[in-house]
Amino acid sequence: MKRRDFLKSVSGLAAGALAPTAPAIWSPAKADARSETLLIVSEGGPNNLDIHGVGTNVPGYEVSWNCYDRLISHEMKSGPGGVPYYDRDKFKPELAEDFNIGDMSVTFKLRKNAKFHDGTPVTAKDVKWSLDRAVSVGGFPTFQMSAGSLTKPEQFVVVDDHTVRVDFLKKDKLTIPDLAVIVPCVVNSELVKKSASEKDAWGLEFTKQQTAGSGAYKVTKWTAGTEVVMERNEDWVSGPMPKIKRVIWRMVPQAGNRRALLERGDADISYELPFKDFQEMKANGKLNVVSLPFSNGIQYIGMNVTKPPFDNPKVRQAMAYAMPYQKIMDAVLFGLANPMFGAAKDKPTEVAWPQPTKYNTDMEKAKALLTEAGYANGFETTISFDLNFAGVNEPLCVLVQESLAQLGIKTTINKVPGANWRTELTKKEMPLFTNVFSGWLDYPEYFFYWCYHGNNSIFNTMSYKSPEMDKLIDGARIAAANGDTAAYDADVKGFVDLAFADIPRIPLYQPFVNVAMQKNISGYQYWFHRRLDYRAMAKG
Amino acid sequence: MLTLIGKRLLFAIPSLIGVVIVTFLLTRALPGDPAAYFAGPAATKEAVDQIRKKLGFDKPLIEQFVHYTNDLAHGDLGTSLTTGQPVAAELRNRLPASAELTLLGLVVSIVIAIPLGVLAATRPGSWIDHLCRVTTTAGVSLPVFFTGLVLVYVFYFRLGWSPAPLGRLDVFYSAPPTVTGFYLIDTLVARDFEAFRSAFSQLILPAVTLAIFSLAPIARMTRASMLAVLASDFVRTARASGLSPGKVIVTYAFRNAMLPVITTLSMVFSFLLGANVLVEKVFAWPGIGSYAVEALIASDFAPVQGFVLTMAVMYVLLNLLIDILYGVIDPRVRLEG
Repeated sequence: MKRRDFLKSVSGLAAGALAPTAPAIWSPAKADARSETLLIVSEGGPNNLDIHGVGTNVPGYEVSWNCYDRLISHEMKSGPGGVPYYDRDKFKPELAEDFNIGDMSVTFKLRKNAKFHDGTPVTAKDVKWSLDRAVSVGGFPTFQMSAGSLTKPEQFVVVDDHTVRVDFLKKDKLTIPDLAVIVPCVVNSELVKKSASEKDAWGLEFTKQQTAGSGAYKVTKWTAGTEVVMERNEDWVSGPMPKIKRVIWRMVPQAGNRRALLERGDADISYELPFKDFQEMKANGKLNVVSLPFSNGIQYIGMNVTKPPFDNPKVRQAMAYAMPYQKIMDAVLFGLANPMFGAAKDKPTEVAWPQPTKYNTDMEKAKALLTEAGYANGFETTISFDLNFAGVNEPLCVLVQESLAQLGIKTTINKVPGANWRTELTKKEMPLFTNVFSGWLDYPEYFFYWCYHGNNSIFNTMSYKSPEMDKLIDGARIAAANGDTAAYDADVKGFVDLAFADIPRIPLYQPFVNVAMQKNISGYQYWFHRRLDYRAMAKG
Repeated sequence: MLTLIGKRLLFAIPSLIGVVIVTFLLTRALPGDPAAYFAGPAATKEAVDQIRKKLGFDKPLIEQFVHYTNDLAHGDLGTSLTTGQPVAAELRNRLPASAELTLLGLVVSIVIAIPLGVLAATRPGSWIDHLCRVTTTAGVSLPVFFTGLVLVYVFYFRLGWSPAPLGRLDVFYSAPPTVTGFYLIDTLVARDFEAFRSAFSQLILPAVTLAIFSLAPIARMTRASMLAVLASDFVRTARASGLSPGKVIVTYAFRNAMLPVITTLSMVFSFLLGANVLVEKVFAWPGIGSYAVEALIASDFAPVQGFVLTMAVMYVLLNLLIDILYGVIDPRVRLEG
């Protein structure tokens, strides 16, 4: 018998006999603490509390987001299903009380009463030092800053104690959004400098272990791989005082146990559960399950266009007609995704991303195209996937394998261990693979710049190069910077059409981020980084 | 006795050196590039190279090895990339958690298995012998993570008797000040009885899981060894001399049957430390097993090397302890040693 069968049988008998017998070991003081504490369970935890650190993982971003302030942040709007969703185009001041965007620079006025966790006031030189740090430490933070054309410390100018100016190197529509992502956080420069050394000029070792920000929460205890405890910063001024006093974030590796903890009411929030669990929890209605599409994200099948047979566009189109799209939606994702296929034939291309292709599963057409390309008897190939996401990738690849077999294409499945996946991607030798890409900045040209541009970034996993495509992408970026809407729209439609006709990667679906929480938890917000923002949450 | 210990420790040195070399080479031979892994989801080739340089993985293997052994000689096991902490400190913090769990599991197992084995041996073919056979077979054929999940399901999810499987203490208790690292002892030292109760109730399910798994070898070995001893001449003589059955079994037979049981115990203890990995995963236990597995998945060299080295040292000490115990139980062994 399997765990799931057990769980199912219980959700059947439900509340009646056994549910309300919560362990009665709380003394009253502890019960109080519990009502002001948010208990989060997830599979993995942070490896570093500072997003500027070497190799900080995604859970680490969540700590940074809640414990540090940025100059600006995004407003909220109502998203799918009425869930608050960050507004890509509207910014609000955070550590800045006011900001003024000029032609070639932006000026920020800092809040005068803002203090770091240790009580020192936040000044313009802290902001400059932090931004200098982000563009200088190398690795991911520096890379992310450069996506908004923020590359040189000279760009950040201290005007007076409470005024900072950021100069633009060139016009770039992504500069302001890039100042609202997680990376440009403001760090307590005096405190960190004390622990900096010659080898570690930016004090990364210090901020790895503790938070030195001015944010709404501060980490009071961190046991790597076990738990993170965060307390509310009572002196926070960059927004309304959060309702949750304390956040305890426990790592529970077993997905089944995370579900049991939620259903017993012991844990408040969990993500990273199998889709089937989310779907079942949604159906039985005891918990709130929020499912929202990844902004600017797509799971796709990529093909290496530098080698036969996938160097032939006809073969690639045949593949796009041979994908078992609907089966993947039903059997792998249990419907928890947006289909990126099967748009109506006469539907005009939109100025948006992601948007569905016009491909559908059509084995006749696939066979015909394959014959035309000279592969009437099929061929042999290998499909690779990242074992870290085996829950989705493995069944997906098996379905693809099954479907391709009907065309005489023999596919071997190659499971790549998570640690090795990046290396394999960088080598760009895998002929056929599935992967996800999603961009923090939600702009079509940003996605295409990383995934389709001929400068061949690591995310152009297909090694796709087309001068025409590059022209359209570069054109859209320039048009966006200059506010030329007509040219921008034409270029975006152009590159989407080209990507679908040339089809070096086959979009399958837009994945969902799924979060399950108790009914008494409110205030969940969707952010581009897809992690939790505790500041808006409330319990009871 | 002291020369025996000294000699034993001396013999352990070559094997430890071997372990250091082999783990170093093996971790380097693992597929996967830690630099690419830790460069994050959006890294360029340059970013990956920058990280590789920072981590020192761009240097030749022999240079890395010299660097590693030098650090090792200074007691520095390196820093884990996944958790960001020094490996030595992490192992020190996590080892008591694993040891407390394994030892308790072993104690529970001994308390059940030895009487069961003795009873089965004294009444072969009776219902208790069959009971012994069935429980041990069932226990050893169930994978530990499965037993663990079933126990969690029944005792936590359905009955609500057991606390949430969230590690060593309930979320709202704070850990006692460290004296031994064993929460059961430290909470008593701190006279925090509520925390003691919490720590103890957290321990029950995982310890029982481990005990169920390790019943079989101990009970079977006790039974077999007791059967052999009970059939020997001196037991017959003792019986013929009119000694009470209790005295025959406990004083004469059992003591002589102990040697193979002790050997089995040391083996069981070692594989329990291995089985721990899965139990720790199921119960979110902050031990060294889950730590090593997570590191392995991320090709994080330092913790894996540290873990294997710690285990090697523990085996050496364990074997030494067993040898000494042999001497205590059977004086003949002492003379030969």
